[in-house]
Amino acid sequence: MSDVAIIGFARSDSSITTSGVETLVPVFEQALAQAGLGRQEIDFWCSGSSDYLAGRAFSFVNAVDAIGAVPPISESHVEMDAAWALYEAYLKILAGEAETALVYGFGKASAGDLSRVLALQLDPYTVAPLWPDSISVAALQARLALEAGLFSERDMAVVAARDSGVGAGELLGQAYLRNPLRTHDVARVLDGAAAVVLAGGERARRGRADRSRPAWITGIAHRIDPQGLGERDLTTVPSAALAAADAGFDGEVDVVALHAPFTHQELLLRAALPDGRQVRILPDNGQAMFSAGLSRIGAAAEEIMSGRAETAAAHATSGPALQQNLVCVLAAAETTPEAER
Amino acid sequence: MSIAFDYTRSLGPVLSRFMTGLRDGRVLGGRTADGRVHVPPLEFDPLTHEPVTDLVDVSPVGTVISWTWVDQPLEGQPLSRPFAWALIRLDGADTALLHAVDIQDQDQIRTGLRVRAKWSPSRIGHINDIACFEPGSTPGDISDMSPGEPVKIMTTPIRLHYRHTTSDEEDRYLRALADGRLIGQRCPACRKVYVPPRVCPADGVAPGEVVDVADRGTVTTFCVVNVPFAGQRLDPPYVVAQVLLDGADIPIPHLVLGLDAGDVRMGMRVAAVWRDRSEWAATPVNIAHFEPTGEPDAAYESYAEHL
Amino acid sequence: MRRAAVLGTGQTHHRTRRTDVSMAGLCREAIDRAMTDSGTDWSQIDAVVLGKAPDLFEGVMMPELFLADAIGAAGKPLLRVHTAGSVGGATAIVATSLIRAGVHRRVLAVAFEKQSESNAMWALSIQPPFTAPIGAGAGGYFAPHIRSYIRRFEAPDHIGAMVAVKDRQNGALNPFAHLRQPDITLDSVRESRMLWDPIRYDETCPSSDGACAVVIGDEAAANASDRQVAWIKATAMRTEPTFYSGKDHVNPRAGVEAANALWTAAGIKDPLDEIDVAEIYVPFSWFEPMWLENLGFVGPGQGWKLTESGETRIGGRLPVNPSGGVLCSNPIGASGLLRFAESAMQVMGRAGEHQVAGAATALGHAYGGGSQFFSMWVVGQQP
Repeated sequence: MSDVAIIGFARSDSSITTSGVETLVPVFEQALAQAGLGRQEIDFWCSGSSDYLAGRAFSFVNAVDAIGAVPPISESHVEMDAAWALYEAYLKILAGEAETALVYGFGKASAGDLSRVLALQLDPYTVAPLWPDSISVAALQARLALEAGLFSERDMAVVAARDSGVGAGELLGQAYLRNPLRTHDVARVLDGAAAVVLAGGERARRGRADRSRPAWITGIAHRIDPQGLGERDLTTVPSAALAAADAGFDGEVDVVALHAPFTHQELLLRAALPDGRQVRILPDNGQAMFSAGLSRIGAAAEEIMSGRAETAAAHATSGPALQQNLVCVLAAAETTPEAER
Repeated sequence: MSIAFDYTRSLGPVLSRFMTGLRDGRVLGGRTADGRVHVPPLEFDPLTHEPVTDLVDVSPVGTVISWTWVDQPLEGQPLSRPFAWALIRLDGADTALLHAVDIQDQDQIRTGLRVRAKWSPSRIGHINDIACFEPGSTPGDISDMSPGEPVKIMTTPIRLHYRHTTSDEEDRYLRALADGRLIGQRCPACRKVYVPPRVCPADGVAPGEVVDVADRGTVTTFCVVNVPFAGQRLDPPYVVAQVLLDGADIPIPHLVLGLDAGDVRMGMRVAAVWRDRSEWAATPVNIAHFEPTGEPDAAYESYAEHL
Repeated sequence: MRRAAVLGTGQTHHRTRRTDVSMAGLCREAIDRAMTDSGTDWSQIDAVVLGKAPDLFEGVMMPELFLADAIGAAGKPLLRVHTAGSVGGATAIVATSLIRAGVHRRVLAVAFEKQSESNAMWALSIQPPFTAPIGAGAGGYFAPHIRSYIRRFEAPDHIGAMVAVKDRQNGALNPFAHLRQPDITLDSVRESRMLWDPIRYDETCPSSDGACAVVIGDEAAANASDRQVAWIKATAMRTEPTFYSGKDHVNPRAGVEAANALWTAAGIKDPLDEIDVAEIYVPFSWFEPMWLENLGFVGPGQGWKLTESGETRIGGRLPVNPSGGVLCSNPIGASGLLRFAESAMQVMGRAGEHQVAGAATALGHAYGGGSQFFSMWVVGQQP
C-alpha cells in the first residue's frame, strides 16, 4: 500500500486577474515552501477551474504559465472544483506514477453574474433555457427540507451565526433574498485560488519544511447523483453518504470541514454523513468558486499539520443542489498497511 | 464584454416528441420500466439503461411541491415582473418540473397550490411554449397551432456578461501603448524580455526590469488567411505574422499589410504602423498593423530559435 | 505497477451535424457499442470519466452533471477531464490511473463533442478585450509552424497533400468516418482552395459531431474477457506553456519528453521497428511528418521522407492513421480518445477493413492547446 499525505496548503482570496496567473504564483510559492519542495520536485500537477466562470474557452491553459513548465511537466486538468483534481493526483501517487503532486484551483466568480452563469449547469433542453438562478434552485431545495420538518429557518440561521458572529435571532429578522433563503443563508462568494501539495509515503515521511507533521489521507471518495431537480429527493444527499462510506468516514473525527454553499445544505450534509461524537465544524469565511472544495480539504489538513487535531474530514460539493460530493478523511497517524498489522 | 450565441440543440427521439408536444399544446411524460411517468421525460431509463420509448400525455394542471420568490427577475427568465419559481408535479406524472408561476405576491403561493400551464400564443417546440404557470385547477385556454413537422432542433440563446481584469504588467503595457511606446519586461531568472510583459511562462516568476523595445522587427513565420470564419475582424486575404521586435525575446502575432500577401517572407523586416495619435487609447489596437521597412531580410539564423 | 487493459471500444458515426441525437444520445451511441464490444454489463462499471473540450462549444457548463444519469454514472464516481485538444487521450489515461491505483476494476471512459450546437471558431475567438485582436482562426495558429517546418527541413510542397490523400482514402475504409473520399488524388488536394497558406482545404480536419467510449479493466477483468483485449503497456502526458522564449513550435519539447517517457516505460528501444501501427493526432496534414519526428520514430528532418516513401500507408513499415484519423473525423473532445481507441482496435484485431495485418503493438497519440499538451499510450496484444 502506498500512503499519501498532504504536506502543504495555501490559499488566496485576494482579487484575481483574468488569467489567474498573478494570483497563483505566490500561492504555489507558499504551498511549496510549506512542503519543503521546489517547483521542479513536483512530479504531477493537476488543476480545477471553469471556462464559463472565466467567460472564455481554454481559460485553464493560461494558468499553466504560473507553473513555469520548462522543462515540460506531467499535468492534467478537470473542469470541476479542484477537490476532484486532488482525487486525480492522489490516484497518480497511489498508482505509483508520481511521488509528489501539486493540486490547484482558481476562479474569478465576480467576472460574471454567478447565479446566471450557474444556470448553465442545468439540463440544457428543459431547464436552462428558463435561466433559473442558482440561489433560486437552492431555495427550492431548502423549502422541501423545511416543509419535510428536517430543520427550521432558525437552525439555518444558527449555522450562519456560527461563522458570522451575528446572533441567529437578529439574522432571522432580515428579509428573504429568495424565500426561504435570507442573505445569511448564502455563503459569501470570493475570487481566489488554492494549492495543496501531496506526497507519497516515503517522501511525506521525510517531513515538511517546518518539521510539522503531514496529514495522511486515510480515505477519499466521491459520487454523483442524477441531476433532475424534480427527479431526485432533494432533501437527501445519497452521493455524500456513499462517498463517506467509501472513504471510511464514520463520524469519529476531531474536526469536519464541509463545503456548503448554503446553510440548509450544511444541515442536509450533516444528516447525510455518519453521526459520530460531537465534532467541531470548521468555519468557512467564504467560498472561492472551483477552489472552495480543495480549500476545505486544505483547511482540514491544516488542523492536523498544526497539531490542533488528530483526525479530520473534509467535504467538497459540485453541481446544483449538492449533486456531486467528495469526502476526504485525514489523520495525523499514518495508516499501517494491513499486512503489517 | 458580452458573449452571445444562439445555440442549436438537436433533440433526439424523446425530447423531440416532448417539444413537438409542447408546440401542439400537449405535455408528454416518459414512462420508465418501473411504471413511473417522468415529466420532463428522461431519455434513458435510470434502472434498465434502455432508451425511453413510451411517451404518455399528462395533464397541464398540477400541484406546487416547492417554490421560491424572485423579486427582481434576471435576464432571460420567463417573466419580467416578480414571480415564483416552483417545482410542479403535473397530474399523471410522478416527478416534478421546474417552471415559473405568475402570481401577484408571494403570500399567494404555497406548497400544494394547484396551478396550470399558461400556454404561449405562438409555440415553436421549446420549453418556453409554456409561458409560465398560473393558479388554476382546470386547463387554461390554448390557441390552436396547425400541427406541422416534428420539432428536431430547438434554439437556445445564451447571453452572458463578463468584466475582465488586467494584471499590473498588462496595465503598464497598455498605458505605455497609450503613449505610443512598446515595453517589455525581463524575467529575473532567464533574463529573457517578454512582450507583452507577463509572468515568465518558463520560470513561473513575476517579471522584473522594464525594457523599451522597438516598434520594428523581423517576421519569423506567418500564414496567409484566405478563409472567412466566425469571429473574424478583417476581410481575407490577409497575413498574420509572428514579429520578433528588436529587443524582445519572443515574437508577437500581428498583421503585415501594405504589400501583396504573396510577397511576405520569413525574415522580412517590418515596422509598426500606428493609428492617428488622436485615436490612441490604452489598447493594443493603437498599432493598426506592420509594414515592410525595406531593410534587407534578417538572416535565418537570427530568428531560427523563435520558430 | 498494476496492469490495465482496454476491454472494448465504441464510437459514433461522425457527421457535421448529428441532428438525430441529443448530447446524451450521442454519448450513448458510443457507450452502448463499447459495452457490447467489451461484453460489459452496466452493473460492472465502477466509475465513469468524461472528457470534452471547452464548455462554450455546447453552451452547457459541465455537461457531465446533467448527463450523469444517461451515461450510467448516477451513484458512481464521475470525473470530468478537460485538457484542450488532448482531452480524449487524457480521459483514457485518467481512466487507466483509476485501474492502476487499484481503486476500480472496470471504468468507462467517454468523450464527445457536439460542434453543431454552436460554432467552434466563434467560441475560440472570444478573448479578453485587452489582448491584441489578431484573428487567424484555428488553422491560422498552426499554419506558421508548418511554414517553419517546411523552411527548416526544405520539405517539398507535395508532402502535405500526400498525407491528405492517404488519410482520406483510409477513411473510406472506416464506416464511422465523417469524410470518406476513396477517389481523392494528389491533384485534387493540390487544386483545393488555399485556406491558411500553406494549408489547403483538403489538408484540414472537418468539424464533426461525435463520441467515443472505451471500457478499461484491471488484470482480472482482462483475463475474464473471452475476446482479445488491448493491454496498456505505458501512458505518458506532458505539458509546456503555450508560448515561451525559445519555444520550438515545430518540435515541442513536451512532445519529445512525453514520447521518451512513453517508450522507456513500454520497454521500446526503436519505435519505428517495434510499433506496428500508430494513430497520431493530425488535424492538418503536415503534422504527420512533424509528429513522426517529435515522437522519435525518425530523426529531425526525416519525417517528410518517411511519409514521401509511402511507408505510412496501410501495408507500409509504420501505417499512420489507418482509420483516416482527425483529417477524416474531428469531434474535438473525442478526437484524442478516438486515436487511443483505434490503436486498441488494431491490436484487438477488430479494426475491420482498416485493420493492419499482424498489428501487435500500437501507439495512440493526442495533443492540444498551442502544441503544448501531449497525451499518448502504447497498447499491445500481450501484457
